[in-house]
Amino acid sequence: MIKRFIRKYWSILRKPPVHLSLGVLTVGGFMAGIIFWGGFNTALEVTNTEEFCVSCHEMRDNPFAELKTTIHYSNRSGVRATCPDCHVPHNWTDKIARKMAASKEVWGKLFGTISTREKFLDKRRDLAEHEWERLKANDSLECRNCHNFEFMDFTRQSTRAEQQHSTALASGEKTCIDCHKGIAHELPDMAGVEGW
Amino acid sequence: MIYLRIVLMALMTALLAACSEQSNPPANVSQAESVPVAEVSVLAPVEEPLPLEDGQAATLRGAALNTDLPAPVMAAVENTDLKRARQYPMQPPTIPHKIDGYQVDLNANKCMSCHARSRTGESQAPMVSVTHFQDRDGNFLAEISPRRYFCNQCHVVQTDARPLVGNSFEDYYQLTEKANQEGGS
Repeated sequence: MIKRFIRKYWSILRKPPVHLSLGVLTVGGFMAGIIFWGGFNTALEVTNTEEFCVSCHEMRDNPFAELKTTIHYSNRSGVRATCPDCHVPHNWTDKIARKMAASKEVWGKLFGTISTREKFLDKRRDLAEHEWERLKANDSLECRNCHNFEFMDFTRQSTRAEQQHSTALASGEKTCIDCHKGIAHELPDMAGVEGW
Repeated sequence: MIYLRIVLMALMTALLAACSEQSNPPANVSQAESVPVAEVSVLAPVEEPLPLEDGQAATLRGAALNTDLPAPVMAAVENTDLKRARQYPMQPPTIPHKIDGYQVDLNANKCMSCHARSRTGESQAPMVSVTHFQDRDGNFLAEISPRRYFCNQCHVVQTDARPLVGNSFEDYYQLTEKANQEGGS
């Protein structure tokens, strides 16, 4: 039954068109391609906004609420980071990979993995470790999208910062996330974390 | 509403009765003992706030109590990373850097990520003193004592704020020096 069905449509696909011209097919295909690809990208960009992230109470009441007191939300010059600036790679292939991995977040939403503050706090160490791991692996790429080491003026930094940045960071021995954990959200129980 | 009015009426009647009693003392009380009505102090009516003159202010407020002043400008935290001398040996050292957003709670202690014994090699920050490892009975612990966990209870940053009042604090050396000079002369 199914075999016959597939065979029938396969034969239709293999047959050259009888009524449609090549022009209609090529131009139509081109137009459809634009619409589908454009639609896909638009949908992707919609999921890549802060409004989308905080449309769920899990994000709005926990990480987003904590972000609000930090310098990445409110500061003297008004330049700020939104959720995807730090949590989604900007590069296309990496972005798609991250978006595919994020399908687990849909699962989490459906089954209420972090649906209460208590559940979120219990899970915070796991969630934080994932982000530390990701940033460690890509050499803190999302930090460096804005904070470019090449253009850091050490003379404008405090003595401590200048010392660490000119040695450990410059040599590549350390990356941003090694020292700057918990700068945008509260830290989980840090027992056993390297450097704490 | 009606109850409130009744209660108010009752109170006023009682007050009036009390007043009339006072103004007409009973016959057996002599005139000298009764309180003369004229001497009962009456609060002066509130007038316009008086402008304060230089040197007249008894408070640091700088204006009359019933006026609002603009909030003073927030002072900047000193971030020089230079140790400050202590005023007396037991003084908790002040923090010579910014501590904005440092998390010190059940989960994490940002201060200790540099000042812990095990971290000072890498951070080159001063280690928390040995007294912080003692419990209340003087026993030494392997980690800092829970009673010393909250750094900001004793250690604070300093700002560039202008002092509001002078400070005549003299430390031990200045005092002994002065005593020696006075004794010698």
